[in-house]
Amino acid sequence: MQIAALRSRLERLGSTVTSIVWRLGYASRFLAYLVMHSGTALRRFRLTIAEVYFAGVLSLVIILVSGLFVGMVLALQGYETLQRFGASESLGVLVSLSLVRELGPVVAGLLFASRAGSAITAEIGLMKATEQISAMEMMAVDPIARVVAPRFWGGVISMPLLAALFSAAGIFGGYLVGVQLIGVDAGAFWSQMQAAVDVREDILNGVIKSVVFGIAVTWISVFEGYDAVPTAEGVSRATTRTVVTSSLAILALDFVLTALMFTGGNG
Amino acid sequence: MQQAPIVEIKNVSFGYDPARAVLQDIDLAIPRGAVVGIMGQSGCGKTTLLRIIMGAYLPSRGEARVLGRATRGLGAAGLYEMRRKMGMLFQFGALFTDMSVYENVAFPLREHAELPADLMHDLVMLKLQAVGLRGAAHLMPTELSGGMARRVALARSIALDPQLILYDEPFTGLDPISFGVIVRLIRDLNDSLGATSVIVTHDVQEALDVVDYAYFMAAGRVIAQGTPDEIRASPEPFVNQFVNGRPDGPVPFHYPAPDYAADLELAVA
Amino acid sequence: MNRSMIDLWVGIFVAAGLAGLLFLALKVGNLATFSAGDTYQVHAKFANIGGLKVRGPVKSAGVVVGRVADVRFDNESYEAIVSMTLAVHYQFPRDTTAKILTSGILGEQYVGLEAGGDGVMLKHGDRVRLTQSAVVLENLISQFLFNKAAEGKEPAK
Repeated sequence: MQIAALRSRLERLGSTVTSIVWRLGYASRFLAYLVMHSGTALRRFRLTIAEVYFAGVLSLVIILVSGLFVGMVLALQGYETLQRFGASESLGVLVSLSLVRELGPVVAGLLFASRAGSAITAEIGLMKATEQISAMEMMAVDPIARVVAPRFWGGVISMPLLAALFSAAGIFGGYLVGVQLIGVDAGAFWSQMQAAVDVREDILNGVIKSVVFGIAVTWISVFEGYDAVPTAEGVSRATTRTVVTSSLAILALDFVLTALMFTGGNG
Repeated sequence: MQQAPIVEIKNVSFGYDPARAVLQDIDLAIPRGAVVGIMGQSGCGKTTLLRIIMGAYLPSRGEARVLGRATRGLGAAGLYEMRRKMGMLFQFGALFTDMSVYENVAFPLREHAELPADLMHDLVMLKLQAVGLRGAAHLMPTELSGGMARRVALARSIALDPQLILYDEPFTGLDPISFGVIVRLIRDLNDSLGATSVIVTHDVQEALDVVDYAYFMAAGRVIAQGTPDEIRASPEPFVNQFVNGRPDGPVPFHYPAPDYAADLELAVA
Repeated sequence: MNRSMIDLWVGIFVAAGLAGLLFLALKVGNLATFSAGDTYQVHAKFANIGGLKVRGPVKSAGVVVGRVADVRFDNESYEAIVSMTLAVHYQFPRDTTAKILTSGILGEQYVGLEAGGDGVMLKHGDRVRLTQSAVVLENLISQFLFNKAAEGKEPAK
């Protein structure tokens, strides 16, 4: 009796893994098709600009405010610990490196996934549910080129900019708390930061991370939207999947990229 | 003497799932210039047939020829080529909700033709005038009633002067006035554009008033066909039940269930 | 939201994003301080480089004059070979000493150059002959303990 139950559980596990792999393959073909048919999105750049507005500009408030708060908290917590070692002048280094290398791309990515990613999924899913996608196909317009591609490129363009703004807002928040509130020396704050943060090693790597996250999140968002079951419940499940899968993807990719970029011997 | 039919369905069988056939051995021809109805109960396969005519699905067996070409073997380019000569009205309009009425009607024009702005404007106004909604050009789809939305969608589907217009349940959920409007528009547009129209519906009485010819489907097969008068007089029991709206007949009132007496007796015992 | 408003906001957004990136690069990072330009390479051998890292600073009199370009291990002499990139307008004599120093007590390590008196300057590819290795904390502590122990024994004698 128990062996049968175990066996059926294993079978379900196997089929779940198979279906995940299959779905990943399907999503990859979707991405390849999307990129190959991005001509319209680039030629009629107006469409992509409208999507940069919806994904990027409308996320500005949450990104800037969150960045500010994260920077302020970093400064508070960091000062707490650093001053025990008499290293409170390194506060700028702590805040800036944490933000530029990790928190900027990752937290901005997570916020982007939940705000813009879910909106994109819902929008495309609803268009599918109300037959707008079919209508477009009937009018001999490729919906992937006309609807999906501009949203994809809009997201990919917006994400690095949002991550940079998050880090900048965070550093400013750290400055406000560290220098103005706590009283760390402003000169030491900025000069030690400049000495420690390297443009190529830290900032560029942070930008690369945010580009990778942007591609991953937007890809997941448009795919889940396009693949949604065309009912209200289907769209709601698709948006949930977008947020969950994007968040996991960001964290996993962050680990891989950090391991590649920031560790390894004397370099 | 007669031109080739604009749509020919020969021995078409199809199923979304290979085990369950939704369409079985369908044979249909739609002559040029006619308004043809495809009728039947929900689930009889008529919408699937429409999708096969549209080229969205390929028949598992048999051939579908539309506008002189078989849908099988048309590449993506050929398919879009074919669809540019067709117009389709979806069940609830399927207007693009982020665009105004004007933008919706202008959409096919913008996507397929490089027109100067004033020519585009005139064309859009022409189409909206044909459906009686020229004054609503600036409204957004969410501000329209169901009937108006459907008329705008109709204007959009005729924007490129199609040769074949497909209607998916055009009468669903309309009040009597909007109903009358759509019925009149279907006939007027068909004749003024010199097009052919195919209407998929289960509103039998109203459809029989507007079509030139009708096909009746049940369980994936064509069970009757003819002119409206022939259909009304048809001896076929299912057609009879359908046309006259009788609650019981070949399509039974009771869903299959075990013996009633036995059911009750069991409860008592 | 009509088209020109959207364009305006997107333009503002992109400009702000680029400004943010620029802020990070200039004010936060070290782009403004030491970038490319004409440089020359010298190298030096150390018995122990401690925690010196590639891209660590090379300073003289406390001023950054170059960067550590590469750190390799010489399998024959069992010493570390550190390659340094120096700015071309800083010339050092051939008998310059290279020391591995620590900034602050627990700070990062850097290469300090102390100029000698030789008239001939180091050229690209030259080796700095006089070196002093990093002070390893463990050795320092064990030395201190050893000295303390030795002091303790002497008065007893």
